[in-house]
Amino acid sequence: MIMRFIHKLASPPFYYRLSARIMPWFVAIFLLFLAYGLYGGLIVAPADYQQGESYRIIYIHVPAAWMSLFIYMVMAVSAGIALIWRIKLSDVVLISSAPIGAMFTFLALVTGSIWGKPMWGTWWEWEARLTSELILLFIYLGIIALYNAVEDKRIASRAVAILTLVGVVNIPIIHYSVEWWNTLHQGPTVTKFDKPSIHLSMLLPLLSMAIAFKFYYGLTLLVRTRNELLQRERNAGWVKEMLDRE
Amino acid sequence: MSKLSLSKAFTTLLQRDLLLVMRRRSEAINPVLFFIIVASLFPFGTGSDNELLQKIAPGIVWVGALLATMLSLDAIFRSDFEDGSLEQLMLSPHPASVLVLAKVIAHWLVTGLPLLIAAPFMALLYGLPSEAMPTLMISLLIGTPILSLVGSVGVALTVALRHGGVILSLLVLPLYVPVLIFGSGAVELAVDGFSPAANIYMLSAILALSLVLTPWPAAAALRLSLS
Repeated sequence: MIMRFIHKLASPPFYYRLSARIMPWFVAIFLLFLAYGLYGGLIVAPADYQQGESYRIIYIHVPAAWMSLFIYMVMAVSAGIALIWRIKLSDVVLISSAPIGAMFTFLALVTGSIWGKPMWGTWWEWEARLTSELILLFIYLGIIALYNAVEDKRIASRAVAILTLVGVVNIPIIHYSVEWWNTLHQGPTVTKFDKPSIHLSMLLPLLSMAIAFKFYYGLTLLVRTRNELLQRERNAGWVKEMLDRE
Repeated sequence: MSKLSLSKAFTTLLQRDLLLVMRRRSEAINPVLFFIIVASLFPFGTGSDNELLQKIAPGIVWVGALLATMLSLDAIFRSDFEDGSLEQLMLSPHPASVLVLAKVIAHWLVTGLPLLIAAPFMALLYGLPSEAMPTLMISLLIGTPILSLVGSVGVALTVALRHGGVILSLLVLPLYVPVLIFGSGAVELAVDGFSPAANIYMLSAILALSLVLTPWPAAAALRLSLS
């Protein structure tokens, strides 16, 4: 039953129709959580007693940083599916996710750097987490560059899938090595947010923003995959049928 | 047709690659020359302050070795790809990953080992204390094979591209970060008089991991590049 649904989902025409139906829901959920998150985070939540108002950038920064890793995991899973079962749709999900992931990583870097200015007094600190985000951005850019460089898009998708999987083995190694390197060079100068207790009035908007970002990703992913599918399947029967009907 | 055992095929391929390099010795020298030149450029940029130079010596030597390896990576598969022998290799009944490993080892013997010989001299130019020299050698001995192994995946992915070189660096350099951190970190620890054992162990672990894990994706990527 579930397997049959998955098989059905993997067929481009079915996916195309289904995604059109769920897109409005994604928009609604995204806007709802975004509105609550921004209102709760920027207006309701109290100022931090150490960092004042400038801590509020975490409502963008932290969800963006989470998304940067989450999207890479989605890409790695799709890469595995694409290589093992040769499902066309997972190729499309993989390559459509890469620019979104790069965007979130960039957002996390920029907001981290803006936050760093009042906190550390510099725009850039070679701090472990920021540095691993930077390297993650390079990996995303490498994936996008490789995809664009290979002309045959079928081959490009598989090459990107291999690269993504190589990257997923490396990301934890890179992350821990960077942390190691950082502690060797300098003591931790950062006041970390993940103290054991964060007040509920701060936590709820943060989680709400995280959910909003997830649905934003889902939404852009749907748009991009639909676009990519149409381009790839432009000679297929179902696209012609659909166009004839409209 | 006589059937070649796997180990025989491995050593034959290794010998062939080494022989090919011996026939074109001047090309094989280039990565080392590059390494020496890059490493000697830094003092012009930073000024000849001895203290500063000594401080950045491990980083310079390691970054130089990393860049020299990266520039030479293309040689692993490029000429074989162009004259078609790579296609023949992939057609052989032996697992492609093992053959890839033979080629990577040949590449390391030709580029990694000379770097190892040149590195102490470059470190001397920077005034690296002699106590740190063994650590530098060991870290390079363990670290440069990782560079060749990880790089082979990148080359295999880009060998069919016309302008693969720039993309290759984009793919491979982020993956080199851990090796750079542990490699130069080990030397820095040795300079400061601490034991670099932990860093060396981490490097060894990464070497073991990449020895096992990289030939597969490299072989898969080669198949893809040939299709």
